[in-house]
Amino acid sequence: MRLEGKVALVTGASRGIGREIALELAKNGADVAVNYSGSKEKAEQTAQEVENLGRKAFVIQANVGDADQVQNMIKETLGHFGKIDILINNAGVTRDNLLMRMKEEEWDDVMDINLKGVFLTTKAVSRSMMKQRSGRIINISSIVGVMGNPGQANYVASKAGVIGLTKTAAKELSSRGITVNAVAPGFIETDMTDKLTDDIQTEMKKQIPLARFGQPDDIAKVVVFLSSDDASYMTGQTLHVDGGMVM
Amino acid sequence: MAEVMDRVTKIIVDRLGVDESEVKLEASFKEDLGADSLDVVELVMELEDEFDMVISDEDAEKIGTVGDAVNYIQEKM
Repeated sequence: MRLEGKVALVTGASRGIGREIALELAKNGADVAVNYSGSKEKAEQTAQEVENLGRKAFVIQANVGDADQVQNMIKETLGHFGKIDILINNAGVTRDNLLMRMKEEEWDDVMDINLKGVFLTTKAVSRSMMKQRSGRIINISSIVGVMGNPGQANYVASKAGVIGLTKTAAKELSSRGITVNAVAPGFIETDMTDKLTDDIQTEMKKQIPLARFGQPDDIAKVVVFLSSDDASYMTGQTLHVDGGMVM
Repeated sequence: MAEVMDRVTKIIVDRLGVDESEVKLEASFKEDLGADSLDVVELVMELEDEFDMVISDEDAEKIGTVGDAVNYIQEKM
């Protein structure tokens, strides 16, 4: 087992890619703190499945855009498991609208959770990781953060921001044995992408060389790799897991 | 004062690998003791643990010398 004895915290793990990441980490031997913001039942379900895989789970509520709640989440998780080896910044939302029509609050909501949330969580967890002289932080960006996407100015900007944040955190924390990498998923079939219009979905599929949408476990497997010792010589990178959409 | 200074000195010596004789009140962490920014952040974290206190980011930014740290801890204790 690649992650035996490791503790991972996955934000936004109640569903979609986050849920799959939590389960894949558990399959590889890690105990998992399952963070959620609103979907308590689904988070408990994820935790139950982690336990069914023979690993420990801990459910913790927090809105990652709120500094106090993030502090509390890290404190509670450290209190429960004693350490955090792996942080997966996965929590994210969309509030799609054309730039011309986008409301300030739509911009702010997305920035708060998708970008500020990564900052707050990374900051809060880096203390314990620095002390233990090791850690893995994996941020879930998006391929649209690299290529742009109409109707998603807020989301795209937040995900591009995550890539820059990843590189800077990687440089700041490298001397303490902490690696920070990002994964940029392409079109993955989840509740979030279900909300995209058929037009956008059709348009996107045309741009995928592998000619199919991805599944959450396509992302989860790459995240497990980045979380493991196999990736110990990688930091500051963004891996595109997108069926070849962006090369 | 002397007790705080001793405990602070021990942490600085351990963390920065400097000689005890270099740890004077007026010594600057960065300029005299060879610390980089991250070393200072870590020192502050260790001081928090050693003295069981929380040092806010705003306060931490003001700690530049050994004396700053000792004085700060004295005031808070």
